[in-house]
Amino acid sequence: MNFAKYVKVFDIGLQNTFVYRWNFLLRSVFGIVPLIGAVFFWKAIFQSKGGGINGYDYSSMIFYLMITVFLENLITPTEDEWQIAAEIRDGKISSYLTKPMNYLGYRIVLFLSYRLLYIAVVLVPIIVLAWIFRDHLRMPEHAITWLAFALSTAMAAFLQFFIAYALAMIAFWVLEISTIVFILYSFEFFLSGHVFPLDIMPAWLQGFIHWSPFTYELFFPAQVFMERVQGADLAKGLAIEAGWLLLAWLSARVLWAKGVRKYQAVGG
Amino acid sequence: MSRYLEIYWLMIRNSLIREMNFKANFLLWIIVEFLWFVGQMVFLEVIYAQVNNVAGWSKWECVLLIGTHQITSQIFQAFFYVNLAELPELVRTGRLDLMLLLPVDAQFAVSTRKFGMDNIINVLVGVGVVVFCLAKLHVVPTALQIALYIVAIGFGVAIHYAVLFGLATAAFWIVRAQGLIYGYFNVFNIARIPESVFPYSLFKIIFTYFLPVIVVANVPAITLARSFQQPWTGLAQLAFGAVFIVAITRGFWRFALRRYSSASS
Repeated sequence: MNFAKYVKVFDIGLQNTFVYRWNFLLRSVFGIVPLIGAVFFWKAIFQSKGGGINGYDYSSMIFYLMITVFLENLITPTEDEWQIAAEIRDGKISSYLTKPMNYLGYRIVLFLSYRLLYIAVVLVPIIVLAWIFRDHLRMPEHAITWLAFALSTAMAAFLQFFIAYALAMIAFWVLEISTIVFILYSFEFFLSGHVFPLDIMPAWLQGFIHWSPFTYELFFPAQVFMERVQGADLAKGLAIEAGWLLLAWLSARVLWAKGVRKYQAVGG
Repeated sequence: MSRYLEIYWLMIRNSLIREMNFKANFLLWIIVEFLWFVGQMVFLEVIYAQVNNVAGWSKWECVLLIGTHQITSQIFQAFFYVNLAELPELVRTGRLDLMLLLPVDAQFAVSTRKFGMDNIINVLVGVGVVVFCLAKLHVVPTALQIALYIVAIGFGVAIHYAVLFGLATAAFWIVRAQGLIYGYFNVFNIARIPESVFPYSLFKIIFTYFLPVIVVANVPAITLARSFQQPWTGLAQLAFGAVFIVAITRGFWRFALRRYSSASS
């Protein structure tokens, strides 16, 4: 296995993305607006309640929101699925098929280089936010939490990426995939814990949440960092996450293999 | 003026014909919107299982606010969204040249090329939601309230339009302005939050007068359903915000056009 060529791809990815640094910065600045909105909204809710909600108070809710914002910027693929789908639709993948390189590997390396640059740019506003909300942030008490957090975050990143990749494969069969992508987005938006922590949902939904793949895209790593899930539950959660990761990886591979067989290189 | 109306009617007809060729897509977009609505409802259910009001707003008042936001944003999306979202691409590829050569106002030309029929369905769903909430709240609005509501929605649509237009115009400087489109959705996220949640602060002033997203759905909702609250201050803020941002973005657009040098030609 020759890693040098993938290192080159990483480098190209960084250079290409660097052009969009202003794009990233603006995006993250605008991304702060809904966060501030959510903070005020939760403040009003806790004032009206006069107590905690399912183990959350105002402080831990802000902490939760901050972690998910950080995680989202760190691991959520932003344009990968659109780019992959466009390359398939426009017949551009023909040129990759002739290269001595695995397309999935190529895409993973690009994804990593995008994320690295993205988080580097976005770190400035995130640090400012963390300073503003510093009284509400609590570092984990146990050293092992850092390890579990790193592991669950890495798996969440690849889980999100493989789901996006598998989804983009639909472009082999359907010209316009944006509706399908947005349907998935709407599930992810609410079920990954982006809007609110999933454990404030009613008890009868918790079984579903426990097994749903979306839970492990954001909510679970956040819970790990907050030490709201520990011991046997932590191990079990990591196992479920690994299971979904494996499944997403397999579907990405299978869909690619099937798609390429059908591929006709339109306009390529 | 009548020439513009005639051109616009032709554009709408063309869009309808084009869209009817993709019926499945049309239905899927309606499903997407429906899912978003369900998600927001679940969130409110979870919250209001814990409390009976948030900053003085009851559950059905909040739903009415979401329905109002739905009406405003979907009217905007039906008429303008796709066109503005494609503007950065027109600039990047230099295809904007064609638009500039047309014997109509350039802003009109880039804003009105396509029309989204599926959004109109979503507007009707929004109207249904608002009516349902009024029934739940036992509120019967007067004719004046309904008239003011419609006027306020009109201002709201203008604000949506101007914000995205301003962001898309930034594409003259920033290659690939897709991130800016996300900016639009992010900023309007707070339009669905009751305004009384926000304490008097710089944040509130900015998002009331200069980037008026706090008032965009709140003012019409208050006008229609919270008759115990006087609507005039809100309506004045809304009108001021709308006129201000439309004028500013129009100026920004003309400034951008003056320095536009086309691409690859």
